Amino acid sequence: MNTVAIEQRNKIHPHKFTLWVGIGSILMMFAGLTSAYIVKRNQANWVTFELPIAFWYSTAAIVLSSVTLYLASKAFRERAMNNYRKLMAVTLALGVLFLLLQVIGFKQLWSNGLTLTANVSFSFLYIIVGLHGAHVIGGVIALIVMSLKAFSTKTRNYSIVPVDLISTYWHFVDILWIYLLIFLLMIR
Amino acid sequence: MSSAVSLHHSDAHVGHDAHHEHHHHETFISKYVFSQDHKMIARQFLITGIIWAIIGGLFSVLFRLQLGYPDQTFPWLEDILGHWAKGGKIQPEFYYALVTMHGTVLVFFVLTAGLSGTFANFLIPLQIGARDMASPMLNMLSYWFFFLASVIMISSLFVQTGPASGGWTIYPPLSALGDASMGSKIGMDLWLVSMAMFIVSSLLGGLNYITTILNMRTKGMSMTRMPLTCWALFFTAVLGVLSFPVLLSGAILLLFDRNLGTSFYLSDIVVAGKILPNEGGSAILFQHLFWFLGHPEVYIILLPAMGMSSEILAVNSRKPIFGYMAMVGSMFAITILAFLVWAHHMFVTGLNPFLGSVFVLLTLLIAVPSAIKVFNWLTTLWRGSIRFTPGMMFALGFVSLFISGGLTGIFLGNSSLDIHLHDTYFVIAHFHIVMGVASFFGMFAGIYHWFPKMFGRYLNNTLAYIHFWVTIVGAYLIFWPMHYEGLAGMPRRYYDYSTWVSFRQFGPLNEFISTVAMLVFAVQLLFVFNFFWSIFKGRKVTSQNPWESNTLEWTTPVSPGHGNWPGEIPEVHRWPYDYAKDGRDFIPQTEPIGANESHSH
Repeated sequence: MNTVAIEQRNKIHPHKFTLWVGIGSILMMFAGLTSAYIVKRNQANWVTFELPIAFWYSTAAIVLSSVTLYLASKAFRERAMNNYRKLMAVTLALGVLFLLLQVIGFKQLWSNGLTLTANVSFSFLYIIVGLHGAHVIGGVIALIVMSLKAFSTKTRNYSIVPVDLISTYWHFVDILWIYLLIFLLMIR
Repeated sequence: MSSAVSLHHSDAHVGHDAHHEHHHHETFISKYVFSQDHKMIARQFLITGIIWAIIGGLFSVLFRLQLGYPDQTFPWLEDILGHWAKGGKIQPEFYYALVTMHGTVLVFFVLTAGLSGTFANFLIPLQIGARDMASPMLNMLSYWFFFLASVIMISSLFVQTGPASGGWTIYPPLSALGDASMGSKIGMDLWLVSMAMFIVSSLLGGLNYITTILNMRTKGMSMTRMPLTCWALFFTAVLGVLSFPVLLSGAILLLFDRNLGTSFYLSDIVVAGKILPNEGGSAILFQHLFWFLGHPEVYIILLPAMGMSSEILAVNSRKPIFGYMAMVGSMFAITILAFLVWAHHMFVTGLNPFLGSVFVLLTLLIAVPSAIKVFNWLTTLWRGSIRFTPGMMFALGFVSLFISGGLTGIFLGNSSLDIHLHDTYFVIAHFHIVMGVASFFGMFAGIYHWFPKMFGRYLNNTLAYIHFWVTIVGAYLIFWPMHYEGLAGMPRRYYDYSTWVSFRQFGPLNEFISTVAMLVFAVQLLFVFNFFWSIFKGRKVTSQNPWESNTLEWTTPVSPGHGNWPGEIPEVHRWPYDYAKDGRDFIPQTEPIGANESHSH
């Protein structure tokens, strides 16, 4: 019976693999948006913009959250469950902070006259940053679930798979944000 | 052993490895409705797809009624359709809604969800030797998102202003401005919401198909020992996962233009004498985003049909498939090229002619892998001992249609010829034959061939042969004349051709096409009857391997339970096409290589 199960051990876990394919799919969505952005930029009526200062703070927050999540998964592997719980909570807090800073950034843009409909370049900015934010919300929901499980006294789960899954996804949205930030800085 | 299992204890499908012999007490709901068994989900996709096919086919009958008999009235139409057919004549607004929904339903709901949803779910785990999909939960969600999309799309048929009517390609500005037409109002909103659900469904499905194929093959099942169906379904899933998100991006921008006043696609537009404030947008941008999905979508529809036909042709010719690696390679080439040819739908949009010539070259390159495949199908048949089962007939029909429809693609792929042919009936004829009807034939071939595995009974053969002959002759009679209409310049999407002097000559021809279309539709109902009747009353399958086939799905019991194999998953020792080898008719994949077995055929 277990020949198949043993074979499975040498392979990547199917859920992890599914996540990687899903990441490829999400990348294509942003590739579609950024290519549309590049096409539009070369047409008339494009207005350049300055990114709000809040986006720099949010970048710091999400990079820091990646570090704490890395430490959390390390603590989990070493079965240092107290550290794991604390680090998960810090990661969650930083994730929420990132989202708050993005909203503040939107408000700064809006008050500077860079509203959604004023120019197509601003519309793109809102949509690209907003859709990235939507993906971070998904990650935050996963982090909330993981933290609740970590603090729950009823269930004890020592499977590394969920921790690995959220780590991969969270680092992905972090790197995606850095890419988008550089993209929006270089091409505007 | 136990350590291996406990490593995966969070994992449902491996859980079945250990527990599958326990009897599950399944309720009606968990077995037939919210099932996580890939075979049940496949049947759900198939039956939902059949219902959609009837609806989509009926739409075409209704608009063919208008095209074939533009001068006549049918009072009974007003009885069923109300103000959409005032005075017994289909109204222009409704005519456009019909063609739009016909395209949407058949392209997405039948030939994407109904075709790959059914056969990827059914065949992948059975043919690669897996108990279920990588994530049965996501798989179930995939169906229910499709169901939700279906309900929303159906509901759009019943709103007062009617369903979307700007064509299945939903080009702005018609789709972006609620005031532009009747179908641009709530019908368009429902279309977009439904398609968003649909995209989620096909992404969840695609993720699962790819992971299952790469990750869950049984021992000995290397990638190059997979049946060509699995390869085709794999490339289909890759195409879907990479192209649907781009359509989603385009649709999100469209939603913002519709509802929040942005100007991605809109510029300098006057509606009903009122100048809109939108400035700087470009409708062509939408076309780029749409066709970046739209072209791969054609292969999402076609590849599963190719894969199933390859398998069925080899089994029923009692010969190995000719050029297995060339088949895989050409499907790979088609997958790559699918992403590089989208602008051939846009030759007349003012595209830079130099860019156009690049897209001509890449488009015509598709002829190479296509020709390789056709050559391999024909050489597989060559000197085989062919069994003309209904599945085989439809697979042969698929090859015929793929050749006839593919040849006209060479005309359309040339940007200079396309100036004349663009948006004419020539295009309609081309894509209906090569993508629509051909893929339908692949789907029918698959249904006739795997029905015994799906339902443990056979379909009625007499009805099947009637179905085949009327459909293939009918398909050619419907679409062949359309080439001539298109060459004569008859544009698509017109409501009434009899008012143009140049197209009045085609009146009797249009009437003929409409008559045949209705006949062919009636025969499809015969198939639907055969399908549902045979589920309950068909001849029972008594042997495990009725087609004497090599692949793994025929090593399961006649009606496999959840988990597919009652004992261990069989080990695979050879490729799936050892037919007529060493004087033996067929050698299943599970049989070890014999001591004196020859290396090649």
